[in-house]
Amino acid sequence: MSTTVLLVIIFVAVMVLLAAVPFVHRSIGRRAGPSVAQPPDDVTTVLAKYPRAPEDVAPEPATFSTGLAASRRSLRERLSAIRGRRADDDVWERMEEALLGADVGVATTMATLDRLRATSVEQGISDGDTLLESLGAQMRAVLGAQRSLQTTAPDRPDATPVWLFVGVNGVGKTTTIGKVGHRLAAQQRQVVMAAGDTFRAAATEQLGTWATRCGAELISGSPGADPSSVVHDAVAAAAARGADIVLADTAGRLQNRKNLMDELAKVRRVADRYPGAVTETLLVIDATTGQNGLSQARAFAESTDVTGVVLTKLDGSAKGGIVFAIEAELGLPVKLVGLGEGAADLVDFDPDDYVEALLALPTDHTR
Amino acid sequence: MFDALTDRLSGTLSRMRGRGRVRPGDVDEAMAEIRLALLEADVNVRVVRRFIERVTQRCIGSEVTASLTPGQEVVKIVSDELVAILGGTPLRVQFASKPPTVVLLAGLQGSGKTTAAAKLAQWCKSQGRNPLLVGADLQRPAAVEQLRTLAGGIDVEVWSAPGDPVACAAGGLAHARRIGRDVLIVDTAGRLAVDAELMTEVARISDAVEPDYTFLVVDSMVGQDAVATAEAFHATLEVDGIILTKLDGDARGGAALSVAEVVGRPVAFASVGEKVDDFEQFHPDRMASRILGMGDVLTLIEKAEQVYEQAEAEAAAQRLADGTFTLDDFVDQLRQLRKMGNLQSIVGMMPGIGAQLRDADIDDNKISTAEAIVLSMTLTERESPEIIDASRRARIAAGSGTSSSQVSNLLKQFTQMRKMMGGMMGLGSKRRGSARKATKNKPRKTAKGKPGRPGGSAGGSSRTGGGRVSPKGSPLLGKIDTTLPGTEIDWESLDLKLPGR
Repeated sequence: MSTTVLLVIIFVAVMVLLAAVPFVHRSIGRRAGPSVAQPPDDVTTVLAKYPRAPEDVAPEPATFSTGLAASRRSLRERLSAIRGRRADDDVWERMEEALLGADVGVATTMATLDRLRATSVEQGISDGDTLLESLGAQMRAVLGAQRSLQTTAPDRPDATPVWLFVGVNGVGKTTTIGKVGHRLAAQQRQVVMAAGDTFRAAATEQLGTWATRCGAELISGSPGADPSSVVHDAVAAAAARGADIVLADTAGRLQNRKNLMDELAKVRRVADRYPGAVTETLLVIDATTGQNGLSQARAFAESTDVTGVVLTKLDGSAKGGIVFAIEAELGLPVKLVGLGEGAADLVDFDPDDYVEALLALPTDHTR
Repeated sequence: MFDALTDRLSGTLSRMRGRGRVRPGDVDEAMAEIRLALLEADVNVRVVRRFIERVTQRCIGSEVTASLTPGQEVVKIVSDELVAILGGTPLRVQFASKPPTVVLLAGLQGSGKTTAAAKLAQWCKSQGRNPLLVGADLQRPAAVEQLRTLAGGIDVEVWSAPGDPVACAAGGLAHARRIGRDVLIVDTAGRLAVDAELMTEVARISDAVEPDYTFLVVDSMVGQDAVATAEAFHATLEVDGIILTKLDGDARGGAALSVAEVVGRPVAFASVGEKVDDFEQFHPDRMASRILGMGDVLTLIEKAEQVYEQAEAEAAAQRLADGTFTLDDFVDQLRQLRKMGNLQSIVGMMPGIGAQLRDADIDDNKISTAEAIVLSMTLTERESPEIIDASRRARIAAGSGTSSSQVSNLLKQFTQMRKMMGGMMGLGSKRRGSARKATKNKPRKTAKGKPGRPGGSAGGSSRTGGGRVSPKGSPLLGKIDTTLPGTEIDWESLDLKLPGR
């Protein structure tokens, strides 16, 4: 195909799209702005910590705080200059840089700091420490959403609950399922794993290794099989064996691939064959992800009705600030955090610890 | 979606126009916009700061002041700087005179090393080499299996040995020598830059195989942390180049800039799809456009390439040239367009699309309305829409669940479009008439000329009676007119994969 023919096609495409524009235009201005999660009035009641499962304390306990040590160090350096200083322009600039540097993103950072500016005028805050504390409190308030995980399907006592794991390539979906399986198995639950990633080479083998490790049953299909069929079989198998829960893996896919997103929506529908059986659809996001994370969250939420986020690889130097933007803008709560490659390196998300790590604040234990 | 930098800057910089000199305040304002654009694209805060300092220096010079269009001039400077960092001295892989040429891949977990290893092996094969892959990722369950499966598809052998990754890599090197392979590609386990133990291990692997090239594999979706990671890997391994993965996503890929700036080495390869062949040498100029949100015609072309069949494309082009482009073709094009993916992202790739359209929430379903209208027409009506009168219009509106005015709007737009394309294609048909291969430059020139104003270019007289097509018909089309593809693109250097060849 010659370059010119291609150019012609592009041009035609542009023209056609523009000709269809009257119809596009009607939707201008109607774009539903991202809903901002309104922090509840009484934040403390919602912030009640969920007890950590005992197995997380087992061999080498990765905790939220130790796991975040790496990310905390660099921020502490960046923000130490604020402490004990008057809140001047430089202080504001440093806070902005800290948030941007943590991948919180331009829009969310600006919105956050604008609100802080209003607060600081209102309360007459003049020193860096108080300002930082105030910023922390404000961010914690944004992260107030409910973040418990549904292990039972209250509406469908007859169906086996299904947790579906979705996300782009390489974020750690399979590893996360392995860890979640390990945790649930330690709670004496019978777990069925569905090897729904039939695309990536050896993904089934990878999940199989995890299934063996935690004594779960693996249901798989042949390479290239329809992932929906694998999930369907897993749901049926779980029902037949009276298993407690199905953990369904899916192939990584970039959110701009429409056909793959449609495929995923189908997987979700099939898994939800007994409506209400899918109690969690967890979007796995890599802590190193930048602003694209927001686009991921939007697209996956649209096609699969995401119930929460799993933030992986937070044991590195990345701060995963994009989940703050995701929660602030889309109201999707972070539920779990991955802190390494070990089976026990999975903890519940703790907003206080997280904000502390983002801003390197001392934890307020009186809360 | 964010405005293209050009749009943003035009407001700020239009005030400069007509003034004798640029005031420092003007440049500062422009730089603030550029800063935001880069940050939104995930370029690291510190890298942005250094970058802005450099660009400010250049802008304060006479370059911008002298220009009639300071906005474009600033964008050009920014774009030049970006290209310089991304691929200042492009990396040309030199195969070692004494084989095998050893390539080591390292990076974070999930950045795409294993897939990149297989793709690189395929690339080496396309260069007439005979590669051996080494699966030294003994950490992640089934990583070696994954490599074997991928390698099986491209008929490349994989060497691996359980236990120690260092011994495994060394064994792979010995094996390559024994069986006479001239390229050795070592896939290593993903590791965090802060994991001292694993970083030491990868250094030992590097010592054991003494790589000719060490590539850092970077996910194009990575954010601010790219700098910390790149610094750590570069300090440990001395990186020679970068492989940027998952570039087929919609991330702006500012991380590429962060990493290239920190490491001081170019991005060598880009991975642009899920298939083994979706791997190419990196184009810094395309990436610069992408980071700046200036549209990406080349990617658009490639996407079209994936979707359109050659014969189909030739036929559509022919019908355009003949002026026989019907409403059926229109619907067909809409469908093809939709196959290219999310319309919003396609629009994002088109340069020069005004903020007006870019900010519109393009709902794919709305496009269906246009489709529905056409499908509610009879075949005769689709062939010759001019026969559609008020009563036919009412019927069509009823059939498609729209209103009469929507139907006539669509028809108006369609007629306008056809006229415009007729004018354009006059050029196209002319060159098709002459020896096609011999006049290769001509079509390029055609593409280069400003669309919609064929009268201005050579051979612009339209065969299909399009006549002079002025852009004033629709404000939107007019907007496109002045800025549509290409004026800055060097078509000569286009390195497209053409399936037809």
